[in-house]
Amino acid sequence: MSVLVYAENAAGKFKKSTFEVVSYAKAVADQNNTNLIAISIGDVAADDLAVLGKYGAEKVLNVSNDKLKNFVNQAYASVIAEAAKAQGADVIVLSNSFSGRGLAPRVGVKLQAGVADGAVSLPDQNGEKFTVKKTAFSGKAFATVELTSANKVIALTPNSFKVVESGNTAQVEDFSVETKESDFKAMLKDIVQSTDKVSLPDAEIVVSGGRGLKGPENWGLLEELAGLLGAATACSKPVSDAGWRPHSEHVGQTGIAVSPNLYIAVGISGAIQHLAGISSSKVIVVINKDADAPFFKVADYGIVGDALEVLPKLIAAVKEYKASA
Amino acid sequence: MKILVCISNVPDTTTKITFTDNNTQFNTNGVQFIINPYDEIALARAIELTDGGKGTVTVINVGDAGTEPTIRKALAIGATDAVRINAKPHDAWFVAYQIAEYAKANAFNLILTGRESIDYNGSKVAAMLGELLDIPSVSIIKKLDAEDQQATVEREIEGGKEVLTIPFPFVAGCAEGVSEPKIPNMRGIMSARTKPLAVVEPVAVETFSEIISYETPAPRGQVKLVGADEPAQLIELLHTQARVI
Repeated sequence: MSVLVYAENAAGKFKKSTFEVVSYAKAVADQNNTNLIAISIGDVAADDLAVLGKYGAEKVLNVSNDKLKNFVNQAYASVIAEAAKAQGADVIVLSNSFSGRGLAPRVGVKLQAGVADGAVSLPDQNGEKFTVKKTAFSGKAFATVELTSANKVIALTPNSFKVVESGNTAQVEDFSVETKESDFKAMLKDIVQSTDKVSLPDAEIVVSGGRGLKGPENWGLLEELAGLLGAATACSKPVSDAGWRPHSEHVGQTGIAVSPNLYIAVGISGAIQHLAGISSSKVIVVINKDADAPFFKVADYGIVGDALEVLPKLIAAVKEYKASA
Repeated sequence: MKILVCISNVPDTTTKITFTDNNTQFNTNGVQFIINPYDEIALARAIELTDGGKGTVTVINVGDAGTEPTIRKALAIGATDAVRINAKPHDAWFVAYQIAEYAKANAFNLILTGRESIDYNGSKVAAMLGELLDIPSVSIIKKLDAEDQQATVEREIEGGKEVLTIPFPFVAGCAEGVSEPKIPNMRGIMSARTKPLAVVEPVAVETFSEIISYETPAPRGQVKLVGADEPAQLIELLHTQARVI
């Protein structure tokens, strides 16, 4: 039996989270002394497909036709499940991305497989049990889930496994699957890219603002800092509720959960619901004028000061650092 | 239009999470349970879409009798009727299977869930339902507009959104933006007491996954404070000590 990984692309290009998930799937395959097969759906250039070998894929199945150009989870799930059957794969790995969340459960049902979504570590396959650690209670805890079915689906949380280059070369082959008309009922009308900014769930650095920024007119400071650091911007719930920023930037228990290498919280006090969504960040920096703000209790580094006074100085410091680097 | 809204009974968002029985059970002692916040958004949108006699909203929950206060709250908010599948929810597969069995027998135009539950952070039920019923599903939507035969939804993607049209019936997982949660008024609370709440026994289904233990994140060390006039020192620490820039 082998491991099959779905290599997700965005507009024909693989993202860092795809290389993470392929690296992770390679490690799962190594645990079982088996091979790793990747599947790509949509238009990805042949050279880019072969690059998946660098991260451990021995074979890349390329599924490319006009009908499957755009993501439709019903049809993509059919293709992945059929590929798993054809290749004899019993472990299927995907990213717990926005698209992966729609795919993994459908693949799971098709293959009668247990699904561990939000996975944050490699499976433990010692002994009889196959267990995976996943996020629970919005980052306030982790749960270890045992998958008891013969087939298993794992959806990996972005930024929870490092990209590993193993230097293999991948053999790329075309793969075709008969698709049902009924799999294409959802019709794509438009794609609206919000901006050229860094995508929040994938971001390695997130710069986030709260009510301490005092109004939407001050967000330029946060965006300038984010731009200098190559970071995504985010906000607390009161900020999105007030309409200062879009809901898509709201990080927390009822917003997006993030796990970047660096989370910089500016003018956010650190309500339990906000902390739940960011607690798996590797390093947390807090800037707040209230020295008793709960956020300082979970922060690694902090500055006690008014956001609007500290931010310009921090921006100047980053510029200086970049100029000297 | 007949809409089915799937609701989970979850710990209040302010709950401090602890475990018992050697970290194998969630400690429910003293915990207040609420409608999953994303499911409240789904419920609010369902009520808006059927407002003025344009349809019905049935809420469904897989849970034991202890979840009935949560179900009654959904009725107070404005759902037409409710169904409780009388079983402890084992995992997403179990929940989706039970709801799919009910939905097969009751022909809904639209099935709404929250984008995920805030307890086990599963975002699986919407897509599993779609697969079990062989209808389209969209796991995370930010906007939902219904027309006669189809709906237009906005789906979140990394760095933007997709606009999709989908014919009924389909399943959608609702996120912030779809609607604003509604607060029950006194009339709603009074009428919820007499609205129908059917209790249905579960069907047998195989188990594919099981949570065997929990852990809480390791505590972080004490914060290292830097003076407000010395942000360069912070940058230095992030570069040399934390190695994140």
